Amino acid sequence: MTQFLMPSLGADMEDGTLVEQLVGPGDPVHRGDIIAAVETQKGAIEIEVFEEGVLDQWLVPLGTKVPVGTPIAEIRSAGEPEKPDMPQPADPAPAPPPQEAPQPADPDMPPPMPEDPGPTPAPPAAPPPELASGARQRVSPAARRRAARSGFDLTRLGADRIISLADIPDDVVAPSAEPLSAMRQAIAAAMTRSKREIPHYYLSDSVDLTRAEDFIATYNADKAPDARLALSVLYVRALAKAAQKHPDFNGHFEDGRFNPGQAVHVGMAINLRGGGLVAPALHDATDGEIAQLMDRLRDLVQRVREGRFRARELSDPTVTLSSLGDRGVSGITGVIFPPQVAIVGIGSPSLQPAVVGDSVQPRRLAQITLAADHRVSDGHNGAKFLRAIIKNLQHPEQL
Amino acid sequence: MTDDPIHHLLVKHLGQIAPDIPFDEVDPQADLRDEFDIDSMDFMTLITALGKALSLPMPEADYDQMRSFDDLADYLRSQTARGSVD
Repeated sequence: MTQFLMPSLGADMEDGTLVEQLVGPGDPVHRGDIIAAVETQKGAIEIEVFEEGVLDQWLVPLGTKVPVGTPIAEIRSAGEPEKPDMPQPADPAPAPPPQEAPQPADPDMPPPMPEDPGPTPAPPAAPPPELASGARQRVSPAARRRAARSGFDLTRLGADRIISLADIPDDVVAPSAEPLSAMRQAIAAAMTRSKREIPHYYLSDSVDLTRAEDFIATYNADKAPDARLALSVLYVRALAKAAQKHPDFNGHFEDGRFNPGQAVHVGMAINLRGGGLVAPALHDATDGEIAQLMDRLRDLVQRVREGRFRARELSDPTVTLSSLGDRGVSGITGVIFPPQVAIVGIGSPSLQPAVVGDSVQPRRLAQITLAADHRVSDGHNGAKFLRAIIKNLQHPEQL
Repeated sequence: MTDDPIHHLLVKHLGQIAPDIPFDEVDPQADLRDEFDIDSMDFMTLITALGKALSLPMPEADYDQMRSFDDLADYLRSQTARGSVD
C-alpha cells in the first residue's frame, strides 16, 4: 500500500484543495493516469499517479484543503497488497514531487475529515465563504479557473451535478476589482523570492533567425495546419541541446546546493488570457523528432489555454524559456523561477541590417538574453551557453 | 451579413480562442491578431480549425491575405467559392 500525497506544485505552494476525484475506490490506476484535480493558487491542476495498482480509498474528502505532503489516497499495488513501503517504479528524472518534507497537519488547518459525507449532496444552505467540505461539488478545472478569475461564487450552483465551463456565466469574466488575484499572488511570491534569493547576472546577444524562419517556411509549405512547426519549437530544442552540454544552467538550487537536472525539461512561459502566466514543462525536450516535440508543445499550450495542466508540468522545469513570439518587442530579460537557475528570453525577430561577410544584408534578428544564478555559474560559462543556443539556431535542420 | 455561414464560423472559432473579447468592439479591418490578442499558437489553432471546417489547405503563404477579420472572411469566401476548381 502506498500513500498518494498532496504534491508540491512549486516552491511557493503550501497547501491545496482536493476538488476532483476522477477514480473511485477499487478502480485500477496506471502510471501517468490523472486521478485527481487540486485547486492551488495557480488554478485547478490535474494530478498524475506514479504507480500501477488499484485505488484503495480516498483519505481526504472533496473540497478539503490540506498541506503539501498530506496523504490524500491509498493505492494498493497489484502484486503486493500489504507491503508498507513499496519502491516506486524508477523514473528517468529525479523523483518528482513531493520533495518538501511531509508536514504534520497544521493545527490551524481544517483536519482531513475522515467521515463519509454520504451520497446525498448537501444543499448549499447558508454557504460559508468556502463550500462545506461534505458538499461534494464537482467542478471541471476549466470552470473552476474561469470562476476563480472572475470571482464567480461556485456555491451558487449547488452540488447536484458536475459544473462545467458553460455553467459559469461569460459576463462575469471581467477584470475584477480585487487588489491581487490568486494568480498574481502566486507570481508575486515566486518572483519576490527569486529577486530576494537569487543573485542574477545577465548576458545578451543578437541572434540571426533568418535561417530558422526560412527552415520553418519551407518545412510548413506543404503541411496541413496541424502539422506545421512554430519558430518557438526551434527555440526549445536549441535551448535544450545547449543545456544538455552546459549543465550549470539546467537543474534546481535547493537547500544550499545545486542539483543538476538528469534531463532537460524546458519550462514554457505561457501567457494566460485574463492575466498572469504559467511556465509548465515540456519534458525531455532533447528527445524525439522536431515534429513530435511540436505536437507536445501544441498539446501543452492547448491544455494551458483550457486551464488543464498536470502537477509534474509545473514542478519539473529545469530551465525556462520566455519567448515573445513575433509580435512583441526586441528583447526580454527574464526573472528566474526558483528553484531553477536560468531563464532564456528571446525577443521578437525583426528585419535589420546585419553585416554578413563583407556586405550589409537585411536579416531577421532578435535579442536573446540569459539570466542565470551566480551561485551556480559565472559569466564566462554563461556566454558559452548562450553562444551554443545561438549556434544551434543557425542549423535548424539539425534540431 | 450575419446570415453568412463564413461569418458565423469565424465568430464561433474566434469566440473559443478569445472568449474575453467582445465581438462588437472589434475593428473588422484592423489586424486580427491585435484585435483579438491572439498569439502565433492561437492563430495556428484558428487556421487549423477553419481549414478542417471548410476542407481548405490554408497554406502559410496565404497568411498575408488573412490579416484582418474582413480579409480572412473574404479569403475563406473566395477559397470555398473556388471549391472544385482546385
